[in-house]
Amino acid sequence: MSKSYFDETHCAFGHPKSTFMQWMLTVDHKRIGIMYAVVMFTFFFVAVAAALTMRFELFAPGQQFIDAHTFNQAFTLHGVIMVFLFIIPGIPAVFGNIVMPLMIGAKDVSFPRLNWFTFWLYIIGCIVALSSLFNFNIADGKLVFNFADTGWTFYAPYSLNTDTNVVTALVAAFILGMASILTGLNFLVTIHRLRAPGMDFFKMPLFVWGIYATAWIQLLATPVVGITLILALLEKYFGIGIFDPSKGGDPVLFQHLFWIYSHPAVYLMILPAFGIMSEIIPAFSRREIFGYHTIALSSASIAGVGYLVWGHHLFTSGMSDTAKTIFSFLTFFVAIPTGVKFYDWVATMYKGKIVLATPMLWALGTMITFAIGGLSGVTIAMIGADIHLQDTYYTIAHFHYAMLGGVVFLFFAGIHYWFPLVFGKMYNETRAKLAFYILFIGFNLLWFPMFIAGYYGMPRRYFDYLPEFQIYHQISFWGAIIFVSGLIFMFYTLIQGIRKGKPCGVNPWNATTLEWHLPSSPPPLENHTKVPYVDFRPYEYYHGQPVVKFDENMKRID
Amino acid sequence: MAHDSHEYIPEIAVDRNGNEHVVQGWQGDNYGGKLGFWLFMLTEVMMFGAMFMVLTYYFTLHHADFIKASSELDRTLGGINTVVLLISALTMGLGLLKMRSGDVKGAKLMIWATMLLAVIFLGVKALEWTNDYKEGIFLGLQGLQSGNEFSKPFGEILFFGMYFTMTGLHGFHIIIGIGLMLWLLKRINSGKVTPEHNILHFNIALYWDLVHLIWVFVFPYFYMTGAGAIHG
Repeated sequence: MSKSYFDETHCAFGHPKSTFMQWMLTVDHKRIGIMYAVVMFTFFFVAVAAALTMRFELFAPGQQFIDAHTFNQAFTLHGVIMVFLFIIPGIPAVFGNIVMPLMIGAKDVSFPRLNWFTFWLYIIGCIVALSSLFNFNIADGKLVFNFADTGWTFYAPYSLNTDTNVVTALVAAFILGMASILTGLNFLVTIHRLRAPGMDFFKMPLFVWGIYATAWIQLLATPVVGITLILALLEKYFGIGIFDPSKGGDPVLFQHLFWIYSHPAVYLMILPAFGIMSEIIPAFSRREIFGYHTIALSSASIAGVGYLVWGHHLFTSGMSDTAKTIFSFLTFFVAIPTGVKFYDWVATMYKGKIVLATPMLWALGTMITFAIGGLSGVTIAMIGADIHLQDTYYTIAHFHYAMLGGVVFLFFAGIHYWFPLVFGKMYNETRAKLAFYILFIGFNLLWFPMFIAGYYGMPRRYFDYLPEFQIYHQISFWGAIIFVSGLIFMFYTLIQGIRKGKPCGVNPWNATTLEWHLPSSPPPLENHTKVPYVDFRPYEYYHGQPVVKFDENMKRID
Repeated sequence: MAHDSHEYIPEIAVDRNGNEHVVQGWQGDNYGGKLGFWLFMLTEVMMFGAMFMVLTYYFTLHHADFIKASSELDRTLGGINTVVLLISALTMGLGLLKMRSGDVKGAKLMIWATMLLAVIFLGVKALEWTNDYKEGIFLGLQGLQSGNEFSKPFGEILFFGMYFTMTGLHGFHIIIGIGLMLWLLKRINSGKVTPEHNILHFNIALYWDLVHLIWVFVFPYFYMTGAGAIHG
């Protein structure tokens, strides 16, 4: 093969000889995606460790292992890492990078060097976020950390007054926000400009639609929280007075500005996850997706309406009743496009040839957990119920059913689905399925009792609790143990798959979208041998077999 | 850099009827470059938009204080800066027109003129802030803290807090802009930006227009709301 343009320029600058430097400087979207995944899951386990520490502490009322102040820092650490370092970059940074350009038949993203820069911006953000973790001292034989203790929401005025290291967390969130904006910008231009000839918007795979809707949220909402965090910093160090009531400021304004971004952010997390679901369901039902247009447009409308619902975080913060009613109504409204997607997925499976491979198991499991997460969200969208349930374990259970049981589970589904694409090998499916069942059981055991505890009034973020809540915390604890064991087992299985897995060919799942029509697996540097002309829909099956076939030059031969 | 001289030849995709379609690559995609930068400008609008919203909110809460505080700003210096920035937008735009028509030398001259005006803007701004500082109005000074004998009313603390934040952030954008223009000159000198490939010039001109547009909103909002007040 002759040397191509891309071979000479696949590094952001220079022509390093060592493999390590080639990875560090790479502009190849697939390598960048893999690096994101490695970094993100490392931090994921740090945050899991923080959560497990809290579960240990909460096993019985009173103080067990850590003191109340450290507990506050533990949930802040958990929240900051999970939200800013893991789940917001999450699926777009990993699969948006690795898979999205392959799906639209592009050679790379629109701005490969910007993509490289964005990755390193993300790394800088991570370093800043965690730098204060190492700023600890030992007093009376005990470790005293200086990490922020505000919760990941940094609510004013407490975040303005606390002596802990809020500044690094705020700066980090700002840098990570910039990385997120640039990722979204890159993907938007890529999707607009680099689709293969013939592929119009309604011939794109639905994962690309999810990424597209997400990218708009990243672009439009993130600057608002960015500037809010900057204002909070200026407030903290120069006293500009915006959020501090002692200078005439309004702390509720901080909550508004914060949630204007941070609520759309949960749709930013879930939309690409729904995209993964929309890929997996037709591939393993061997059937064309039901209601392609409705799924595509529901992604867009979730992104649009989701922008206008932030006020439901402030039902107890002081807001006019009119505003509450409107926000409540709009929040109900978001559930409609989500419901449309669910019915479409179920209708796709109807009369399909369902193959219960690991990715499909994850997708089906998520249908249960996310349905619980989503519908419990509708219950707390009601103003009256929310006054009772705000800041209780009920809300926490809802959030984790939606985010962990929705986004992260579908992330895992995506990992199991695209694993053979990325590594060219197959993991041990029996073990991977076992890991799913362990995680699924552990997950429900961990979070479901919290619905009940929260309903009876167990508040979130509390270090201590009344004895009557002990049973729920202990069930949760054992669920957490099972869940973490499942996580370790799942990652062990996947790592074994990378090391010893059997080669599996380019399209082990009989899927139809373009990323499964590459010349080799793992994919070569410039992706497809030739860019195909796309005059077909993304999920065409006939009697359980893919319709569209290509020869080695990406010409249709069916 | 060797790869820039490596010419990119777009691929051709062939459909089933044998028709040929040019594939858009990421290389040399001027339209994509413009689109990307427009999207980036949108994020700037959202960022400053959030601050204008904060300002509007507090203007409704502390109406009289805001007007009084605004009347204390120096409208002459602010007005000079507005004119300077407007002219710099003109020179920037003329530079791009000259670049497009092939007059590289004229374009460079116009970029230098824009930079000069930007520096003048920063100088006037520095003078203005110094004067404010002498009058006891600056971030962190006692007048803008609550609970002491020099404390200004809430509304004025908020007004000046936002004033320094927003003009400061705007000034930061001016500094970035000067850096971008220096980079642009370097690219023009090394032949990377030419009358045919002027996307970088286009985007930096776009950036400069946004910076000046933000000022067009900042100026009336801060300086003019108190223009007719008794203390003015």
